[in-house]
Amino acid sequence: MSHQPATPPSYLPILASVSMLIFAIGSVGWVQGKGYGLVTLILGVCALILVCAQWFYRVVIDGQTFLANNAVFDRSLRIGVMWFIFTELMFFVGLFGVLFYIRVWALPVLSGQVGSKLMTHVLLWPDFISNWPLLQTPDQSLSQIEAIEPMGIPLLNTLILLLSGLTITISHFMVLKSQLKKSALWLAITIFLGGSFLGLQLYEYVHAVSGGLKLGSGIYGSIFYLMTGFHGLHVFIGTLVLMVMWCRMFLGHFSAKEHFGFEAAIWYWHFVDVVWLMLFVFVYWI
Amino acid sequence: MKSSTGIRYWISTTNHKDIGSLYLWFSLLMFFAAGAMALVIRMELSSPGRVLVDPNFYNQMVTLHGLVMIFGAIMPALAGFANWQIPLMIGAPDMAFPRMNNFSFWLLPVGFTLMLGTLFVDGGAPNFGWTMYAPLSTTYGPPSTDYMILAIHVLGVSSILASMNIIATIINLRAPGMSYMRMPIFVWSWFITSFLLLAIMPILAGTVTMLLTDRHFGTSFFSAAGGGDPLMFQHLFWFFGHPEVYVLIMPAFGIISEVIPTFSRKPLFGARLMIYAIAAIAVLSFIVWVHHMFVTGVSVWVKIFFMFTTLLVAVPTAIKIFNWTATMYRGAITFEAPMLFSVGFLFLFTFGGLSGLMLGIVPADYQYQDTYFVVGHFHYAIVTGVYYAILAGVYYWLPKWTGRMYSQTLAAWHFWVSTIAANLTFLPMHFLGLAGMPRRIPDYAIHFADFNAVVSVGGFLFGFAQLIFVYLVVQNVWGKKGYGSVSDQVWECAKGLEWLLPSPVPHHSHDEPPLVTKASYEWD
Repeated sequence: MSHQPATPPSYLPILASVSMLIFAIGSVGWVQGKGYGLVTLILGVCALILVCAQWFYRVVIDGQTFLANNAVFDRSLRIGVMWFIFTELMFFVGLFGVLFYIRVWALPVLSGQVGSKLMTHVLLWPDFISNWPLLQTPDQSLSQIEAIEPMGIPLLNTLILLLSGLTITISHFMVLKSQLKKSALWLAITIFLGGSFLGLQLYEYVHAVSGGLKLGSGIYGSIFYLMTGFHGLHVFIGTLVLMVMWCRMFLGHFSAKEHFGFEAAIWYWHFVDVVWLMLFVFVYWI
Repeated sequence: MKSSTGIRYWISTTNHKDIGSLYLWFSLLMFFAAGAMALVIRMELSSPGRVLVDPNFYNQMVTLHGLVMIFGAIMPALAGFANWQIPLMIGAPDMAFPRMNNFSFWLLPVGFTLMLGTLFVDGGAPNFGWTMYAPLSTTYGPPSTDYMILAIHVLGVSSILASMNIIATIINLRAPGMSYMRMPIFVWSWFITSFLLLAIMPILAGTVTMLLTDRHFGTSFFSAAGGGDPLMFQHLFWFFGHPEVYVLIMPAFGIISEVIPTFSRKPLFGARLMIYAIAAIAVLSFIVWVHHMFVTGVSVWVKIFFMFTTLLVAVPTAIKIFNWTATMYRGAITFEAPMLFSVGFLFLFTFGGLSGLMLGIVPADYQYQDTYFVVGHFHYAIVTGVYYAILAGVYYWLPKWTGRMYSQTLAAWHFWVSTIAANLTFLPMHFLGLAGMPRRIPDYAIHFADFNAVVSVGGFLFGFAQLIFVYLVVQNVWGKKGYGSVSDQVWECAKGLEWLLPSPVPHHSHDEPPLVTKASYEWD
């Protein structure tokens, strides 16, 4: 078969769109502190999760029915997932752009070290000194805050994610050798490592907040929480996806030849891993 | 087949032709919504002093006119063409992900419910221009800014999913023999555009997310007091924004490259070079963004670098203009409506491009920055450029889609009235700008009054001329007495797979992929 058969009409997209509308209205209500905000937001998130679950379920069923063994659709999925990961990567490229711009350019200029001295430096904040991590803002509004020590939990988390990259590769290898039970075991270890990463990250946040570092603690807090937070969100999603794959493994969805769902999850996991390495080096370490 | 009339049919359809039509109708609706805002702006500026609205509402109109025209009118129109034409032109039965295709479309009404809903929020709609510069959008932004941010997220998701779909379709669903270099230029233009969208949309999403956290969670990304930098917003925005304007123009180039050979009865001159030129423009689009920021105090070496890269864009663009002209050279040209708009595009887009070169020169830009010269420049590029290409595309492919012709006489009226009105509207803006009239200000000095009156008359004329277009399309799609049915070929010398299909194109086409032996731009 050189082409894929027509997809039947579906109400999932319109349900997803309406959920998105509820989610958006809820988020705005929530950030603006409206009474209906949080309830609507939770409603929207639940609706989105339900529709997503239903949608992915549909994709799995399609893959076993009218699109089963369809090489064309398989290739489409591979291309789709690959470029989806690319676009996710570009999101982090934007965030790293912010990090480098702030560290290399904005802070040195504000402190008068680079370029001609700006009026902001001369008139507003002549005492400002540029550092990274930036523990005191130009307007001197912070009380004592502690920087995150890179060689503690962050290093441990790096090792955990690197190890999880290894275990998931072993799991994939086992699928390729048709040893599904062993594969499921190694996948379970990977999921455990992902969960440990998230737990440690949460612990680190609690520790950081008690050390005075908050989202509002100047540009260091802003960048730190936004970058690691979005990465953590991606690890969370990746772990959920791996859990689904673990269940699908027991439902007999995968064989040595047909396991693209699992492969896509592996690609995603490696993407999350690579982003973390960059985060570890440029946000925590250097 | 189910009846194609009920709402249930349209919200659940997975057919690329249905979804393409939805995109195009939605785009027409948004075009008139944003067009009405433009007329409010022109009414206010028709004479000095306060005419119609208060300055704050004027700013809201300026903001929404830009956002809705770009994200609601132009991009969906081009996406509509992509949906209709790409599967037809590469011999595919449908898009690669038909269900996701439906989702990409139905996110748009959600996005614009949020975006236009801002008009009814306490404090009014966003009033800081479509560029959303911090701190206007952070410290001083009205509460509705949050709805705008979420709307941009939703529209970004829509664009990303549509781009993934187009990429997978083009890579994977080409008919046997349709190699990359045999693909029609229109398909190539959308192929490259999709990669651009995948690269820039997440950057915009991240940027507006930072706006949101700056507004509500105490972060300091765009506030120097906390160590951030408001200028960084402009860098981020234009790193998205400049490729974004090429996202608008490149599919337009693709349409023009299909139309001109047909009505010149000659193969496209230098077709491969056309593809390379689009690719070159796409690559260059990532290294020109600071030319929007020449007066912000970036260092002089940065300015010189970005001036050179900006002027470099003229090279591939000039190749395209030259090739279109060379295609027409000694051709047996007839001026049906699509060709009228394409030739109009050639003259007027080139004009807009040349004023762009003037703006790209740093010392000159010091004079032009934030004046009406800029407004005139990009309206030539977008209205008489992209919008004309969209009109050319509709007039070119509509008979294929519906199997009926439209009135060439009325379409010619549409072209001539639009062209006279567009020049009446946008040409004097250059003079106003050179004389020093700032943009985005609801009032002006008395000596600008005459030109502004001309511009306003032109604007209204242009707006009402588009009603001819609506009449022609509605009449073509639903009208009882048409202007005759068309052959499968429709236009005498149209080449490409879509013209081998029956007219109107059946609901399911290319179920058996055709065998392709040469490119549509290689003629016998």
